[in-house]
Amino acid sequence: MEKSTDITKRGLAQMLKGGVIMDVVTAEHAKIAENAGAVAVMALERVPADIRAQGGVARMSDPALIKTIMDEVTIPVMAKVRIGHFVEAQILESIGVDYIDESEVLTPADNKHHINKNLYKIPFVCGAQDLGEALRRIAEGASMIRTKGEAGTGNVVEAVIHMRKIMDEVRKLNNMDKTELMAEAKNLGAPYNLVVEIAETGKLPVVNFAAGGIATPADAALMMQLGAEGVFVGSGIFKSENPQKMAQAIVEAAANYDNPDVLAKISEGLGKAMYGLELSVIEEKDRLSVRGW
Amino acid sequence: MKMRIGVLALQGSFAEHMESLHAAGAIPVPVKFPEQLDGIDALIIPGGESTTMRKLLNKYNAGIRIIDLAGKGFPVYGTCAGMIALAKHVGHSEQTILGLMDITVQRNAFGRQRESFEENLDIPYLGQEPFRAVFIRAPLIKETGNGVTILARLKDGRVVAAEQGNLLVSSFHPELTGDLRMHQYFLAKVKNT
Repeated sequence: MEKSTDITKRGLAQMLKGGVIMDVVTAEHAKIAENAGAVAVMALERVPADIRAQGGVARMSDPALIKTIMDEVTIPVMAKVRIGHFVEAQILESIGVDYIDESEVLTPADNKHHINKNLYKIPFVCGAQDLGEALRRIAEGASMIRTKGEAGTGNVVEAVIHMRKIMDEVRKLNNMDKTELMAEAKNLGAPYNLVVEIAETGKLPVVNFAAGGIATPADAALMMQLGAEGVFVGSGIFKSENPQKMAQAIVEAAANYDNPDVLAKISEGLGKAMYGLELSVIEEKDRLSVRGW
Repeated sequence: MKMRIGVLALQGSFAEHMESLHAAGAIPVPVKFPEQLDGIDALIIPGGESTTMRKLLNKYNAGIRIIDLAGKGFPVYGTCAGMIALAKHVGHSEQTILGLMDITVQRNAFGRQRESFEENLDIPYLGQEPFRAVFIRAPLIKETGNGVTILARLKDGRVVAAEQGNLLVSSFHPELTGDLRMHQYFLAKVKNT
């Protein structure tokens, strides 16, 4: 019997495909998410919209809160650690969460290095703006990738930019002359062996979800038509007027992302989506998506 | 003529099952709605989250149609969450989903993700070569009724694959390893019905 292999770590993400992972801050939220059909929940103290509004240093959540959420639902429970904060990761490993998100939504603890995720029994998901960043994280041991988007804005534009960029760079590698791959690895800032692997297979070696700014069923379907294999919804559910309805509708949208007739039906009468932020009002220093190296 | 095998494509590892079926010489057909069950020879219910699948199966009425077809001998193979979907009894008084096969299963029977594992299983039905089985937050078969044949056990004897008439289930994920023998076994079963 071998535990915590690449196949089991990447495999859990494969089981989440086509699904929606929802941010929850209480056990009650977690139950609503599970009943709506979420494939997993992200347990945290504040959703990104509140972290953005309140400012200050955002850290790993109280383990007691994460444990109440783990006790409440039977679906996988994820939790966030700060970029580079390997002790927060050790703590989450100790309490036994199902996935760890090394997340730019929290305040980075290391401005040069990410966690060596290969050392952990629990799989990690990491954000990426482009293919080079995705491959650096995979080389460090990430078993799942997500776009960063711009969390807590309810504005999907950054997630679209990141997803398009990643898919474009994968397609480009897939069509490249083999001789050019070393120069391209240097250009991407990515490990050569992973660049060669993608050139051969034409796809990322791990599951790739969309995250950051998804607020409606149409947003979820948009990301999946662009190539996402599932979606994270942070503030978009519990900052909407009717979280239960919105949660169910986004779950259905992820399953039927390529069916406009179904999407039209489920988009009706959901109440107000979360209040969104135009990206131009967010100063460069307040952007979360630029965190990560 | 190649067999057309449906794969329930609401959520989970359906793309991996479709690749395995293609490699095993069948035509995979994604299924989300009841009418898509017409014109196929059998169905695979993939791994994923069973609570999500239950929700979506009920929503689009594909569940009722699968129950109806399976009652008439239509072959169905469920892996992991798919096995939970087929079971008549789910432990800890959780709701059943399709309730077709005379087995009692326990969800997340090994614990959380850090208990997920790979193990070589001896499955005589698949030949001498051991089968690399991948268990991810996997369920177990706790009890089997009359007419259920046990196909595979862990080294400690716990039951992880079984069949009953036209129904086949496994706790593990043959769609993740590239070993096609479970899919071939199912296709042979479909051929004989």
